[in-house]
Amino acid sequence: MKVTFKIWRQDKPQAKGAFKEYQVDELTEDMSFLEALDHLNERLVLRGEKVIAYEYDCREGICGQCGVFINGRAHGPHPNITTCQLHMRSFKDGDTIVVEPWRANAFPIVKDLIVDRSAFDRIIEQGAYISAKTGTAPEANAILIGKAIADRAMDAAACIGCGACVATCKNSSAALFTAAKINHLNSLPQGKPEAHQRVLDMTAQMEREGFGHCSFTGACEVECPAGISIANIAEMNARQGKAQLLG
Amino acid sequence: MTLNAKIPEGRLEDKWRNYQTQSRLINPANKKKLHVIVVGSGLSGAGAAATLAELGYDVQCFCYQDSARRAHSVAAQGGINAAKNYQHDGDSVWRMFYDTLKGGDFRSREANTYRLAELSAPLIDHFTQQGVPFAREYGGVLVNRSFGGVQVQRTFYARGQTGQQLLLAAYSQLYKMVRMKKVSLFTRHEMLDLVLVDGKAKGIIARDLVSGALKRFAADAVVLATGGYSRVFRLSTLAIGCNGSAIWKAHKRGAFFAAPSFTQIHPTALPQSSEAQSKLTLMSESLRNDGRIWVPKQTDDPRAANDIPEEERDYYLERRYPSFGNLAPRDIASRAAKERIDAGFGVGRLKNAVYLDFKHAIERFGINTIQDRYGNLFDMYKKITGIDAYREPMQISPAAHFSMGGLWVDYELMTTIPGLYAVGECNFSDHGANRLGANSLLQASVDGYFILPNTINNYLAAALNKEQVSTDHPAFKQVEVEVKQHIDRILAIQGTKTVDHFHRELGKVMWQECAMSRNRAGLERAIAQIKQIRADFWSDVKVTGHSDELNTELEKALRLADFIELGILMCTDALQREESCGAHFREEFQTPDGEAVRVDDLYAYVSAWEYDQGDFKLHKEVLDFEFVQPSVRSYK
Ligand SMILES: Cc1cc2nc3c(=O)[nH]c(=O)nc-3n(C[C@H](O)[C@H](O)[C@H](O)COP(=O)(O)OP(=O)(O)OC[C@H]3O[C@@H](n4cnc5c(N)ncnc54)[C@H](O)[C@@H]3O)c2cc1C
Ligand code: FES
Repeated sequence: MKVTFKIWRQDKPQAKGAFKEYQVDELTEDMSFLEALDHLNERLVLRGEKVIAYEYDCREGICGQCGVFINGRAHGPHPNITTCQLHMRSFKDGDTIVVEPWRANAFPIVKDLIVDRSAFDRIIEQGAYISAKTGTAPEANAILIGKAIADRAMDAAACIGCGACVATCKNSSAALFTAAKINHLNSLPQGKPEAHQRVLDMTAQMEREGFGHCSFTGACEVECPAGISIANIAEMNARQGKAQLLG
Repeated sequence: MTLNAKIPEGRLEDKWRNYQTQSRLINPANKKKLHVIVVGSGLSGAGAAATLAELGYDVQCFCYQDSARRAHSVAAQGGINAAKNYQHDGDSVWRMFYDTLKGGDFRSREANTYRLAELSAPLIDHFTQQGVPFAREYGGVLVNRSFGGVQVQRTFYARGQTGQQLLLAAYSQLYKMVRMKKVSLFTRHEMLDLVLVDGKAKGIIARDLVSGALKRFAADAVVLATGGYSRVFRLSTLAIGCNGSAIWKAHKRGAFFAAPSFTQIHPTALPQSSEAQSKLTLMSESLRNDGRIWVPKQTDDPRAANDIPEEERDYYLERRYPSFGNLAPRDIASRAAKERIDAGFGVGRLKNAVYLDFKHAIERFGINTIQDRYGNLFDMYKKITGIDAYREPMQISPAAHFSMGGLWVDYELMTTIPGLYAVGECNFSDHGANRLGANSLLQASVDGYFILPNTINNYLAAALNKEQVSTDHPAFKQVEVEVKQHIDRILAIQGTKTVDHFHRELGKVMWQECAMSRNRAGLERAIAQIKQIRADFWSDVKVTGHSDELNTELEKALRLADFIELGILMCTDALQREESCGAHFREEFQTPDGEAVRVDDLYAYVSAWEYDQGDFKLHKEVLDFEFVQPSVRSYK
């Protein structure tokens, strides 16, 4: 099959970017979207041009490194998948496919389709852990956790940190990302001792990084590859309220 | 040079304790004067970096991804083993040790393997404490499941995302230490060479992948935790960026490379569907708990799977290995699949797959139970193939997956270069010629969290009060110049073929001759072919862009240049070992019914290769089996 890619090219963070069009043929429906870009890059190399910079690593939807806007949607036309899980069979022969980087103040562009998501790491740094040192653990089964609680913690913990929630949100809010981590840890007995401080510190960092406020449009949960529910944000807000009260 | 594995004295059960009581300690005030570089942020690297920092060392940690959370440990699905005996099914440290040693076909050290089993239970305690949401029973206790190659249930899991959950715990713990300013983290930095001063590892040269700048980092010890190198096959279950460069560069600077050819081919990946394919997705081995593997009894059967009646299906694993059946170890399951596919019984569009069928499990346990156990795997399968595996069998195929080989390390996890350590998948230590499922998250974690932090002190104690090397030392300058020349040379070629072209060529040769079955003629041919690929690469590759900018094409080229050389060593190693053991199956050494023939008299050793100006010199670490008698590995 043959498609036209309209791709955002931007050499440096400060440079002015622009869309550039590329006709690509010899694609097959079995190819993943990223393999189609690989194919294009090989053609560019042979023509002596610089390759398009885009990110990926695992190519199986778990590392969270891939992620671009495709035809106006985070990770492309389907809900709840990553860019690397998208296949060319989702497009038609002759389609024009517009590809751009995540756009958010807190995610500055590094090059072409690559953005800097280190703001996420800095939110994690503010308390998304249990302050216990290696070697100090009690016997695992000494901490009983009912299946329902364990399952819910797992639901929240499934976040892959790709940033689609931020990219798709009109306010560029990182509420879903932050809530998922807080709820994972704060719902477990291990996370309880530091629960209040964790919520306060992590949400404060979220604001410092320049992410917007959540206005509950629900756009994030539609794109989230890990299927994190927006109910997590309400839960985080409740935890935050409680933490503010109880300090 | 004779290899000294430094195995402590005493009974197996006492060795690790004996070691710890005798190793040198460093007082906390002094630890902060000692600098350690950890290359890698996977389970082994993040675990080591966080724990070393907790102990008080000054740590610098590196990864090539944009965040430490993306290390490929994240992709492990199935689970992690531990001898907790929670299921009351007769498990014990000894049994786990024996299973691992036997699973590895008696090609690993007893002492290391025993320690792996011994430290498994505390590791589950550790991860539970860190908040890993392991699967639980209704009553709140932890659940287990079975994995291949064993008959007890000792695998702990967090839905189908065990690796992700363990890695995120390690990454969080790492960030706790970043916040405390005990770890400096360098993401998007790729180690391109190792710096030695007076024969000791004293630092690295890394490339900042955003600016392209080469940077020098000095330390009192260097720990490599860079993961597996199965991307040498190109198509594999590894991440696209996984590479062998750090260990290869260390090898060229003097670290011996052990058993490079021992590669695990995983039986249950999704089959290749086109030439353009860049990776193979794994379907967790845990599926073999409930799925049954079969092919049609007639070759080139045109019927859809569901139209083939029971009596015309060949459940070949159950037929050949009645006691382990679908849970036969990976090497055996992969080889059996290859045998059926090569004999013309393969299924799927390219006839390169076998069926993995859940029909009976769904009938027996109900669809809800199966959904609960494997829901996300079935979803993933559907996303990629468009097929609903609740209704028709999955199609699966073998794929390159894990490197048992790696840098040779002694009991302290130190390589043959003083001050250079290797942890996790990039070392050769515990798995012998075949790794058991769910033992590798364990090994990576145990290496990083428990072992290295208790052995590195033995070396660093001597480094105290010695003058510390700075990056101004001429050795750093020298290596940096060499790295720069290497990069410039690649960029100057401006040939006619892409990096991927050469990687595909290399992958084909490696898969054909150095994967599931090997023979002398094929390996000799492969070595010649790879040498040709190397010559062609260095005269005809084309890389666009520059070195002083973010250049993904250049990154790929640098990794491939190392893979090509590593490929030659892998084939050399496979050629040298004239026996079949574990994943290493030499066609010349098999029984009439196709089972492996191990030759203990001649090959009960770990091959350890020394780099010798483009050539490789073999050293042997003889394996003494003091406590168990190597037996013929039978899963019949
Ligand atoms: C798909 C899949 C599923 C698996 N499932 C299981 C399972 O269920 N159970 C199990 O026990 N095992 C499983 N394994 C194996 C297991 O996941 C790995 O062996 C283990 O996680 C490796 O951990 P590691 O820390 O050694 O390396 P990785 O997690 O691969 O980390 C490597 C690190 O090194 C860094 N790095 C690499 N090269 C460089 C360089 N040159 N410069 C700087 N940094 C570098 C990377 O950025 C990364 O941070 C699976 C493996 C795969 C591929
Ligand atoms: S490349 Fe890892 S999630 Fe897409």
